[in-house]
Amino acid sequence: MIKTDVLVIGAGPVGIFVVHQLGLIGLKAEVVDNLDKIGGQCIELYPDKPIYDIPAVPECTGESLTKNLLEQIKPFKINFHLNERVQEVSEEKNNWKIITSKNKIFLAPNIIIAGGVGSFEPRKFPIKEAEKFENNGVFYSIKDKSYFKNKKICIFGGGDSALDWAIELSKIAKVILVHRRVEFRGVEQNVETVKKLEKEDKLKIKTPFQINSIDGQDKINAISIKNEDGNIEKIDTDCMLGFFGLIMKLGPIAEWGLNLEKKHIPVNVENFQTNKKGIFAIGDICTYPGKLKLILSGFHEGALAARACFKLARPNEKYRFEFTTTSKSTHERLGVKVK
Amino acid sequence: MPKITYIEHNGKTHVVEVPNGLSVMEGAVQNNIPGIDADCGGSCACATCHVYVDEKWFSKLPNKEDAEEDMLDMAFEPNKFSRLTCQITVIDDLDGLVVKMPSKQG
Repeated sequence: MIKTDVLVIGAGPVGIFVVHQLGLIGLKAEVVDNLDKIGGQCIELYPDKPIYDIPAVPECTGESLTKNLLEQIKPFKINFHLNERVQEVSEEKNNWKIITSKNKIFLAPNIIIAGGVGSFEPRKFPIKEAEKFENNGVFYSIKDKSYFKNKKICIFGGGDSALDWAIELSKIAKVILVHRRVEFRGVEQNVETVKKLEKEDKLKIKTPFQINSIDGQDKINAISIKNEDGNIEKIDTDCMLGFFGLIMKLGPIAEWGLNLEKKHIPVNVENFQTNKKGIFAIGDICTYPGKLKLILSGFHEGALAARACFKLARPNEKYRFEFTTTSKSTHERLGVKVK
Repeated sequence: MPKITYIEHNGKTHVVEVPNGLSVMEGAVQNNIPGIDADCGGSCACATCHVYVDEKWFSKLPNKEDAEEDMLDMAFEPNKFSRLTCQITVIDDLDGLVVKMPSKQG
């Protein structure tokens, strides 16, 4: 069990910055995120897109913003628990007990939810039968590629994940790449490689086609695909892989007894606490009159939530407002010497 | 003000006035019309504001940028009339536009 002052859910820009605010006032935090990397939407959805509205930063990208935020929290030596989703939250005396998808247990008087629009999950095939075969013929990621050796595989998608795996698996299996349009959006080199492999008869490409149905009882025997004009083709296959990117799902957050408005958590604007004492929500996931979904608003919300956490984490101490320019204790926490 | 018709997958129809300059996505969200999630807030990064544009209207819309076409790869059951509503700006010429929502956004 890991004891800490604040458990932060979500490692996007707002989740990272709140760790900084907590660190400045001497609180310890641990961060959990479902993605395999730090940065949240900034990294997953738009790493290269320019951002122009971060105060005092005329232009940056999701990637550079994340990098700079991580630099800023370096003095606090924060643990990030990636690839892990918070599953359960329950009350335990004056603490919250938090259990993750890897069965890690945290105990903390405060939880700050900085979860964006929820956790990222792979987008799935739109047909019902795909659910039945999930992990038994239908896959959205590859853990062990030897499973696919000598199999007949249909790979769906037009981005680099689909192309990378089509190229890789064509070395050990019979691959058919299916995409909804003729153009692929992957990098040029991948697209060229796939087309070269097709010419050499090392893989097949079917465009513009989408999934239509799956045949099979205990395992997949065949699938059918259809094009825009309704033409249907049947393909004998052992398994299918879908690479349609990620989508955000609210997930287990909906089960923690928090008030919800659509997919958002209402908070008060004094300290961004939810209807549960010690559980705060900041960033895109929170809502209140006038809420703006801006990164800078999330920073402000985090600054206030962090101070509120102090009261519950240090009930016998008095919080004193200090500036980083002049506070000695803050300088110590940052590890800087100021004359 | 241009009137836009949003038809839910179950057939429920919403006709609302949307001011020029807003996106078709914002028109739906601001009027609490279900079926358009717009998770990313309108930055063409999530494909959860996907609609099927009425056949008659599809050719009247400005062409898709590459980024929109790329995002549509991720959309739930896209077809040749698919568009992302965050990428369509309302103007007078779109008065009467009809869009249908897919059964879900992902």
